[in-house]
Amino acid sequence: MKQLTHFLEGFGSAVQLLFQSARYVGTLPRQRARFIDQCYVIGYTTLPIVAILCFFMGSVLALQSGYSMENFGAKQFIGSLVGLSFARELGPVIVAILVAGRVGSAITAELASMKVYQEVDALVTMNIPPARILVLPRLAAVLVMMPVLAIIGNLIGWFGGAVVCKYVESIAIEPEAYFSALRRYMKFQDVGTGLMKAEIFGFVVVLICCSIGLNTRGGPREIGASVTKAVVVSLISILVLDYFVTKALM
Amino acid sequence: MPAMNPPIHRNPITAVESPAVGVTIDGLTKNFGKFQALKNVSFSVEPGEIFVLMGPSGSGKSVLLKHIVGLEAATSGRVLINGQDATAEHTLERIRIALVFQAGALFNSLSVYDNLALYPREHRLGDEASIRDKVMRALQILSLENSAQKFPSELSGGMRKRVAIARALVMEPQLMLYDEPTSELDPVMGATISEIIATLKDEYHVTTIVVSHDRELALGIADRVGILMGGELVFLGPPASLRQPTDPRIADFFHPRIDLKNPRFKNLET
Ligand SMILES: Nc1ncnc2c1ncn2[C@@H]1O[C@H](COP(=O)(O)OP(=O)(O)O)[C@@H](O)[C@H]1O
Ligand SMILES: [Mg+2]
Repeated sequence: MKQLTHFLEGFGSAVQLLFQSARYVGTLPRQRARFIDQCYVIGYTTLPIVAILCFFMGSVLALQSGYSMENFGAKQFIGSLVGLSFARELGPVIVAILVAGRVGSAITAELASMKVYQEVDALVTMNIPPARILVLPRLAAVLVMMPVLAIIGNLIGWFGGAVVCKYVESIAIEPEAYFSALRRYMKFQDVGTGLMKAEIFGFVVVLICCSIGLNTRGGPREIGASVTKAVVVSLISILVLDYFVTKALM
Repeated sequence: MPAMNPPIHRNPITAVESPAVGVTIDGLTKNFGKFQALKNVSFSVEPGEIFVLMGPSGSGKSVLLKHIVGLEAATSGRVLINGQDATAEHTLERIRIALVFQAGALFNSLSVYDNLALYPREHRLGDEASIRDKVMRALQILSLENSAQKFPSELSGGMRKRVAIARALVMEPQLMLYDEPTSELDPVMGATISEIIATLKDEYHVTTIVVSHDRELALGIADRVGILMGGELVFLGPPASLRQPTDPRIADFFHPRIDLKNPRFKNLET
């Protein structure tokens, strides 16, 4: 029962924060500097880890499916399998999970410490809404950067699959064959679906992390607790949302 | 000092005049769970007056200031600023209130300069050059010109406090609240702060509430003094009547006698 009210409270404050931030959308042009800063943090700093993880996910996927598809004599379809699962499912989910761990945790830590050390209170007394300068630029930046990260993640994941197909002896499929299979069964819509998912996941993660950070109460010890909570709630939200978004977009 | 006509507040930068701000605290009670931090506190601060609020640690002084800026909501009673409820959203839009937090509450990710410039930038009060003038003037007043590019983590406690005061000055407030502005400062800097507070009042009629343990400051610049103890207002009056306090609790607060036969730490609750 208590858990449920906590959940509803948290959900309520996140929605409230979203509406508060939306009120200030008009101030974005003059918050260009903050927006670009956040794009850099969300996009650029996450890129290396997205690249490494997606490369290996693509490789493992190709290796695993090569092993099982050989039994059906369906090896030549590895490209389609890796391509589709990356574009529709793995790419967006992996990128969102990395954004939650890498960016979301940092956002919560920063906002929670601003709350605990009364910087947020100081903003309020200066009549500068925290939603406007702390939350809005981050939400805007994640909307811009998620598709970029997801596209790069897809490309690297596909490439990882191609590398495995070429150099693993039991598979031995040339890149031309791999990529033509990848293209043959993939529609533009599949990539679009994936980007849409990435957009939704990233936005929700940043909103959750901002909300939990700003609702931190107590002393410095609570900063760590908030970060843990933000990451856990983000991960759960990504996977739960994934089910419903996948169903809705089918 | 109830004046017939309210004194006129003059904005130090723009010279725009407006009636000075008055504060009324009316039956203010605040509970944190079962704990009662403020118990039916009532007093008013006249426009253009310096009100010094004193009292031992934990007596509810900071909590009271937070109610005046609308950061805490009262359990019962209310705070009115120029007749408007302090918790109403538009109050902060109409009346510039600056609170100098006890711990400074500086923005740690911004340099000292940017800490001061944030308010005028966000409220678009002039171009970058005029904001620079304003910021540098405030830094000069507090002898901080050489620290403009430093970050809060590079400052001593006393410097942080001065930056917090400078940041409040840049807001050109009509109502200025200080939470222990002279603690952590050396005596000379403490006197400087007292002079700044008094000057703002004399020249610009900034209504001021100072929370302080500093008896010199209270006797030196206060128009009136209030003393909180355990969340209750136990004294309200002119500073002169504190020179020879009759209430034994207040006498003990100002001149605590060290008594090793009956040490007070053995009588503390909790
Ligand atoms: N947010 C809070 N939650 C619970 N108790 C609080 C809170 N803020 C202050 N208090 C309590 O209220 C009392 C008054 O605190 P405060 O106003 O900070 O004292 P001081 O007079 O030293 O400034 C203290 O006992 C403090 O523990
Ligand atoms: Mg205090």
